[in-house]
Amino acid sequence: MNALRSTRGQRDRSEPEVHLARRARPGALLRVFLILVAGVSAASANPIVIGSKKFTESYVLGEIARRALNDAGFATEHRQGMGGTIILWQALRGGQIDAYPEYTGTIAQEILRNGHQLSFQEIRDALRKFGAGMTEPLGFNNTYALVMRRSEAQRLGVRTISDLRKHPELKFGLTHEFLDRQDGWRPLRERYGLPQQSVIGIDHALGYAALANGSIDVKDAYSTDAKIEENELVVLEDDLRFFPTYEAVFLFRSSMSPDAINALRRLEGTLDEKRISHLNMEAERAKNYTFGANLYFEDGGKSPNSLGETFPHKLARWTLRHLELAGFSLLLSVIIGIPLGIVASRGGLIGQAILGFTSIVQTIPALALLALLVPVPFFGISVRTAITALFLYGLLPIVRNTASGLQDIPRSLRESAVALGLTSFTRLWEIYLPMASRSILSGIKTSAVINIGTATLAALIGAGGLGEPILSGLNLNDHITILQGAIPAALLALLVQWFFDVLDRVLIPKGLRL
Amino acid sequence: MSALVKLIDVRKRYADAIVLHATNLSIERGKTTILIGPSGCGKSTLLRLIIRLIEPDSGLIEFNGGPVTADTIVTLRRRIGYVIQEGGLFPHLTARANVLLMARHIGKSEDEMRTRLADLCDLTRFSANLLPRYPLELSGGQRQRVGLMRALMLSPELLLLDEPLGALDPLVRAALQKDLKEIFVRLQQTALFVTHDLAEATYFGDEIVLMNEGRVVQKGSVTDLREKPADPFVAEFINAQRGVTLT
Repeated sequence: MNALRSTRGQRDRSEPEVHLARRARPGALLRVFLILVAGVSAASANPIVIGSKKFTESYVLGEIARRALNDAGFATEHRQGMGGTIILWQALRGGQIDAYPEYTGTIAQEILRNGHQLSFQEIRDALRKFGAGMTEPLGFNNTYALVMRRSEAQRLGVRTISDLRKHPELKFGLTHEFLDRQDGWRPLRERYGLPQQSVIGIDHALGYAALANGSIDVKDAYSTDAKIEENELVVLEDDLRFFPTYEAVFLFRSSMSPDAINALRRLEGTLDEKRISHLNMEAERAKNYTFGANLYFEDGGKSPNSLGETFPHKLARWTLRHLELAGFSLLLSVIIGIPLGIVASRGGLIGQAILGFTSIVQTIPALALLALLVPVPFFGISVRTAITALFLYGLLPIVRNTASGLQDIPRSLRESAVALGLTSFTRLWEIYLPMASRSILSGIKTSAVINIGTATLAALIGAGGLGEPILSGLNLNDHITILQGAIPAALLALLVQWFFDVLDRVLIPKGLRL
Repeated sequence: MSALVKLIDVRKRYADAIVLHATNLSIERGKTTILIGPSGCGKSTLLRLIIRLIEPDSGLIEFNGGPVTADTIVTLRRRIGYVIQEGGLFPHLTARANVLLMARHIGKSEDEMRTRLADLCDLTRFSANLLPRYPLELSGGQRQRVGLMRALMLSPELLLLDEPLGALDPLVRAALQKDLKEIFVRLQQTALFVTHDLAEATYFGDEIVLMNEGRVVQKGSVTDLREKPADPFVAEFINAQRGVTLT
C-alpha cells in the first residue's frame, strides 16, 4: 500500500513535464528544459537515497535496504555501484546518499584509519562525530580472503596463506582497492613474507574470469562471493589472523528519520553467511539484484509487493539522467568554450595557455578526473562533479574549432570588415562568428558525441545515467545488461549527431552552404 | 585644390624589411590618383596605412587637414570606401546585406537605404534582381560591382581601390574600367587606385605616382613619366609595359 503510494507520487511529479513537452512551441523549449531539470533535481531531493558499491553483495544489500524502506512507507532511490569506499563515505557525509551497506573492518581501516581492531561501540562513537550511525551486524562476516582454483591448490598443496611462501611463481591479480588498502596487499605481504613478484591490478569481476582461464593464480575475494562456489575456487585459510572481521552493517546519516533508521535496524541479525551467499548467487544467476533482494523478503515470509522497476521505466530514468548530464555539461562547454576559443584565436601566450590547458584535460583519464574532483569540497559525490568533468572534456573540441574557424577567415575579409568601420564587437558578432559557424558547430557536435560516451562513467560516482547498467553488467559479466546501457548510449550518440546535422542547416548561414 | 590626404615622412617596416621609406604624398580632392609599381613596391602598404589597417612607424597621415587619433579612427574609416580584389564580400551575407551592412550599423532609415541602393544599382550597372544572391552565386565582375556599391554606400570622401580589377578576365575588366571611370567623373570622386598595369593607369589617372622598393620614384602624368623619366627605373618600367602591350 505504502509502496503504491510512493510510485503514484513519482508519477504525479512527472506528468506535468509530459504535458509541457507535448505542448511545447519552439520558443518554449528552453523553459521546458529548465522545468524538466528542476523536476529531476526536485525528485532526487526527496527520497531516501541508498548507495552501494560495485560488487554483487553490495548491490543486493542496497536493494534489500531499498525494499525495507519502501515497505516502511518511504520513497527511495538506489544509486547502484558507486566507485568505492571513500566515494560512498564522502557521499554519506555530504548527504548525497542517506545509507549504504558497509563492513566493520572497512570502517575501522579505511574510514576511521585506525590500525587496531575496534569494538562496535568504539566504531559507533567514532562515527557519531561525522554525523553517521551504524546498525548492529546483519549477521554475517564477509572478510577479505585470498582464493585459488581448487585443483591448483590441491596440486600444489596450498591450504593456508602461509603455504603461498613456497610458490613464488604464482601470479596474483588483485583489485585496485585491495592493492591500496591499509588492510590490503602491502601489509598482508609483509605479515606473511610473501615472495611473489607478479602482481597486477584487475577489476573484481574480470579477475574471476582471469582466474578461471589461468591468466592469474591468486586473487582477493570477499568470503561470501557467490563466484567462489560457482568457479570451484578455494578460500586460503588466514592462519596468521591478518584480516580483521568484516561484519556487514548499514551506515546511515544520523539525521535520517527515526522510522527509516528503525526500518534498517529490523534487518539486523537476519542474514547469515549461507543465506547471503545464496542471495548473491541467485542475483548473479538471474542477472538481477532486485531478484536476489526479493528472495530475502520471501524467505522472511513477507509478501512480495514490490517487484522493482520495470525495464522501460528504468531505461527512461537512465536516459533522462544521461541526457541531463551530457546536455548540461555541453551547454557549459559551449558557454565557456566559445569565448575561450575567441581569445585563443588571437594567439599569443594566453591563447597558447588556453589550448594547452584544454589539451591536457583531454589526456586525463575520465576516471582519474572524477577521482581528482571528488575530494574538492564543492564537488564531492554529486551530479555536479560528473557534469564538471564532462564539461572539461567537452571544452577542447569547441575551443579548438572556434579558434581555428576564426583563424581560417581570410585576411582580406577581416581587413574588409575593419576597413568598413565596424566596431570590434560587431565584427565578431556579425562577421567573424557567422563565418566560423560551420567549424564551431562541428566542434560542438564532436563535443556532444564525446559527452554522450563519457557520461557513462558518471555512474561510478553514483550520478546515474546509462553507465549504471553497463557497470552492473560488467560486474555480473552479463552482456545483456551491458548492452541495455551500451545500445541506448550508442543510439543517443547517433541521435545527437543527427540533431546537429539538422541544426547545421538552421544555424550555418545559407551563403556558406552553397 | 587642397589635399584630402597628406602623408608626411611616413615610414613602415616589418621586422627587418623596410616596406616604406620616408614618404611624402598628397592626394588631391576630386582627382583620381594612380599608385603604380612592381609587386612589393609598397603601394598596397600605402593604401593600408591611409585607412589605418596598419599604423606607421613614424610620420604623420593627415585627413582633411587634421591628424587621425585612436578616437577618430572608426569615423575616418566610414568616410573612406575600400575596394579590394575579388570585392572582399562576406560570403554569409547576400549582396544586399553586404552593401547595406554599414548603413544598417549606423542606423540609416529603411527608406533612405532603399533609395540609395537603387541609385547605386543604376550607377554601377548592377541588376537589382541579383541583390538577394550570395557572393558565391555571383560572377567575379558582379562581385566587384557589389564591392564597389558597398564602398560607395555612405558617399565616402575618399575611395581606395587596391587592384580592384586584377582578378577579372579581359572583357569584364574592360567593361568595368569604363563604368568605373564614368562613376569617378559623375561623382567627382576623390580616388586612390592601385594597379600594376600602365594601360589601366593611363586610362584612369589624372596623376600617376610610380613607386619602387618602398619609395615614390616619380609623380606626374603618363606623358611626364614617358618623356621625362626621373631615373633609369622609370624608363625601364614604362618600356617593359609598352613591350608587353606591343606583343
